[in-house]
Amino acid sequence: MLIHTAAEYDRYLRTQKLPTVWCPGCGNGIILKAFIRAVAALNLSQDEVVVVGGIGCSGRTPFFLDFNSVHTTHGRALAFATGIKLVRPELTVAVVMGDGDSVAIGGNHFIHACRRNIDLTAIIFNNMIYGQTGGQLAPTTLPGRRTTTSMWGNIEPPFDIVRLALGAGAGFVARGTVFDFEQLSEILGQALAFKGFAVVEVLTTCPTYFGRYNSNDDPYDMLHGLKDRTDPNEATMAEKLPVGIFRNEPRPEYTELYRQLVEKLGGGGQR
Amino acid sequence: MKTQQLMQGNEACAFGALYAGCNFYAGYPITPSSEIMEIMARELPRRGGVFLQAEDEIASISAVIGAAWGGARAMTATSGPGFSLMQEGIGYAAITETPCVVVDSQRWGPSTGQPTKAAQGDVMQAIWGTHGDHPVIVLTAGHVRDVFEMTVAAFNLAELYRVPVVLLLDEILSHMRENIFVPEPGELEVIPRSRPVNGAKPVAPFGGPFIPLGYGVRFSVTGLAHDDWGFPVEGPPAERLLRRIVEKVWSKAREIARYEALYLDDARAVVVCYGIVSRPAESAVEALRSEGLKVGLLTLKTLWPFPDFLFRELPTTVEYVLVPELNLGQLVREVERAVGGRARVEHLGRVDGYLLTPEQIAGRVVENLGRRV
Repeated sequence: MLIHTAAEYDRYLRTQKLPTVWCPGCGNGIILKAFIRAVAALNLSQDEVVVVGGIGCSGRTPFFLDFNSVHTTHGRALAFATGIKLVRPELTVAVVMGDGDSVAIGGNHFIHACRRNIDLTAIIFNNMIYGQTGGQLAPTTLPGRRTTTSMWGNIEPPFDIVRLALGAGAGFVARGTVFDFEQLSEILGQALAFKGFAVVEVLTTCPTYFGRYNSNDDPYDMLHGLKDRTDPNEATMAEKLPVGIFRNEPRPEYTELYRQLVEKLGGGGQR
Repeated sequence: MKTQQLMQGNEACAFGALYAGCNFYAGYPITPSSEIMEIMARELPRRGGVFLQAEDEIASISAVIGAAWGGARAMTATSGPGFSLMQEGIGYAAITETPCVVVDSQRWGPSTGQPTKAAQGDVMQAIWGTHGDHPVIVLTAGHVRDVFEMTVAAFNLAELYRVPVVLLLDEILSHMRENIFVPEPGELEVIPRSRPVNGAKPVAPFGGPFIPLGYGVRFSVTGLAHDDWGFPVEGPPAERLLRRIVEKVWSKAREIARYEALYLDDARAVVVCYGIVSRPAESAVEALRSEGLKVGLLTLKTLWPFPDFLFRELPTTVEYVLVPELNLGQLVREVERAVGGRARVEHLGRVDGYLLTPEQIAGRVVENLGRRV
């Protein structure tokens, strides 16, 4: 069901836990809303959805959502989610992580989840900085940018999360932005419906830290900066950062392969 | 007729876990625990359980906790280096009151150390390895049948107290083969996982029985200090949480204690041992008794919560306590504290990777007591 009204969104929120911990002007709320819209559009029951978060600003997302909520340790959300999904393949498991969470401290789990192709939807809130700890360098921070741990300008090259996911073998790989809500909720819907490991990198904004340290802390300007930096029409590795769906190729999914193994060995019946 | 089988320690651990209803295993290969993983990889799929070879030990413990919240009886096994990596996850299991079992087959350390040599160097890490005050139950075993039984006990205690339970084995015990009577179905008690009752009024998931995710009660699980529904709190409610989860284990030391006491009644000396050292210790005590020396043996199988009461209740005849360990002195500190000056406590350590001998242990007792009967 396509939802529009505040009341329709509220159904999926733990409204007594609001407001969120996110700063004014932060893009994360747009991702939260796009996620709710995608879940509603797929008519998923709240009891059948698990939202697993890591640590950081993004990791707080499960607390505001009225699903089965799990807030884990830094970088390990995918590993926790893998355990849940293996035991309960009938549940839809979404994993929300930050950029540091998923490709710095959790990089090993990320590439192996891609390789294993387990049916999880990984939603990466990429704000190019460590927000919750006060604005330190992330593995996604662009060269030259200032953070509290790169005050002279970043000299490290960043990860391209989409290319990393493609290289590691994820079946569904996409990038959206908090500038384009419609496209983001559409991508999230397809990712949630995808049978296999789905990666959605969402470019989001952190006016409080990234903006402030890089002479651009106006949330409106930052949002529009995302529009200028990205190219929504061409899902290719073009000069601007491409957005859209880069791969949507189902291949044998891990819990399904495991189920087939159990069946072959005659071990069904008990779990 | 009972089934007899020549069984390796690691094999007994794996089959003990299966006996206890373990239906999820995630692990990463490491000597000397790998056979446990290999057996689980073979047995779980054909019993309808789940086996996962994870990308590292951090993923292993994380997947185990996730699986437990999915409703599985979950375990992992590792050795020193992997056990170190699991500590953050063990803390998460402690604060989220997740029943799970972590087996650490100890090898000589620190670091890579001597991977194929035994030690008892992880005792303090098993108790205090993760940061913050926290509850954990630590068990050991001394022979192969014991490994089977203590693995079952580990699952039961994890279920009863909603805590991570660490079972400490060591390289010798893991790889040793003994002819054992395999427990028959029903012979050992297995405490089942509680399940939410359909249609019953939802009760808070923390502070009561364990409720897995996804059965119609929507709550939150978090490593943050939390309320009874798993949502973040600060200040006094956080203190209440910490005191409750720690006290639920520390206050039950007597109930959780597994031990064997031998010849304590008239003993002038007591050898306190655990794990593989209980083998030479038992031989030493038997030899000294046959010479007429009044020596007793206390074999601890629960190391934490520490069974203080056993030491408070030692007969007043005891003047000397020897604690042989394959380390430079770990559990001996707890023994000293619990004995509280009522007898002299001495440590006997061996750290070359080999087992203490009965002669070393008996010799040390005689040095201190003399040959006086």
